Amino acid sequence: MVRLITHNLLACHAKNCNTNNFPLQLKDVQVEQREAEFNPDFLRGFMPRIEWKALVEAAKQVGDTSLPLEQPEMLDDEFLKQLHHVLLEIHIDEGALVCPNCGHVYPIMNGIPNMLLAENEIG
Amino acid sequence: MSRPELQAPPEIYYGDVESKKYTNNTRVQQIQADMTYRALELLNLPEDEPQFLLDIGCGSGLSGEILDEAGYTWVGVDIAPSMLAEEVALEREVEGDLFLQDIGQGFGFRPGSFDGAISISVLQWLLNAETSHPTSSPPHRLTRFFTTLHSALRNPARAVFQFYPTSDDQVQLITSIAQKAGFGGGVVVDYPNSKRARKVYLCLFVGDGGAQVPRGLEGD
Ligand SMILES: [Zn+2]
Repeated sequence: MVRLITHNLLACHAKNCNTNNFPLQLKDVQVEQREAEFNPDFLRGFMPRIEWKALVEAAKQVGDTSLPLEQPEMLDDEFLKQLHHVLLEIHIDEGALVCPNCGHVYPIMNGIPNMLLAENEIG
Repeated sequence: MSRPELQAPPEIYYGDVESKKYTNNTRVQQIQADMTYRALELLNLPEDEPQFLLDIGCGSGLSGEILDEAGYTWVGVDIAPSMLAEEVALEREVEGDLFLQDIGQGFGFRPGSFDGAISISVLQWLLNAETSHPTSSPPHRLTRFFTTLHSALRNPARAVFQFYPTSDDQVQLITSIAQKAGFGGGVVVDYPNSKRARKVYLCLFVGDGGAQVPRGLEGD
């Protein structure tokens, strides 16, 4: 139930982990495709919030190479449909998110990432 | 019965049995739904524009169903694993992504991620210290929560919390920490003179400097 849209917004929040803490690396993930309603207006509005390189990389890691390497300026329907699929229809069910900086592992079980920190990791 | 937040931390209080009781009780559901609609009204989102929202303490997905119906894309966080467990939240087949998270530890969302946030019956949990560790004190947890939430919201944006304070001091503590974290806004009390219908909302603004705190509803 974690989609790449949310992965693209999530950085590590452990204490003193402020640089190189995004994107969280996907580890041993199992994914599932689930259809979602296509909403081009939402996608257009959301585009400026996307870290494009991180999204392309995450999509590649879950086996989807449909996105262009550079964020396109022309948002035609064909592109928006690919973006819709990558952002909202690929669900990560199991695996882990690993911080590239401090190495904290956020496990994902039943589609729910565990973001809890130990007492000494709380900022 | 004493108030749930005084009995045990939420992840323990809302064990499997309490979670099921809580979500199956239709009167509780109706009140939760009404408060969610009111929180959305106070959020004052622009109409006909798709929004990306954060549901803080999304619990069993009751509020998420309403966000789905209204056409919002959303992310939910909750600390009680049972409330998020398959038999409750996933069974409802809500569309939003769910996270197991202690909001008093703060969020890791990138700056400007969300167009708004709502929270129903959650904030009062942050007022109880669970251990003697310094990061467990209510002011520390509230500061961490409001600071990271402020950063996760766009400018302008709003965050609306329905909550159950037990004293004016609690309201004062919460609003002063929210202000220090950069929020404007304040408290809205609906039906202040009705013992049964009275509801307290904290309506916080990011940016939006000229905005007035909305008026509470009157009557019984
Ligand atoms: Zn980290």
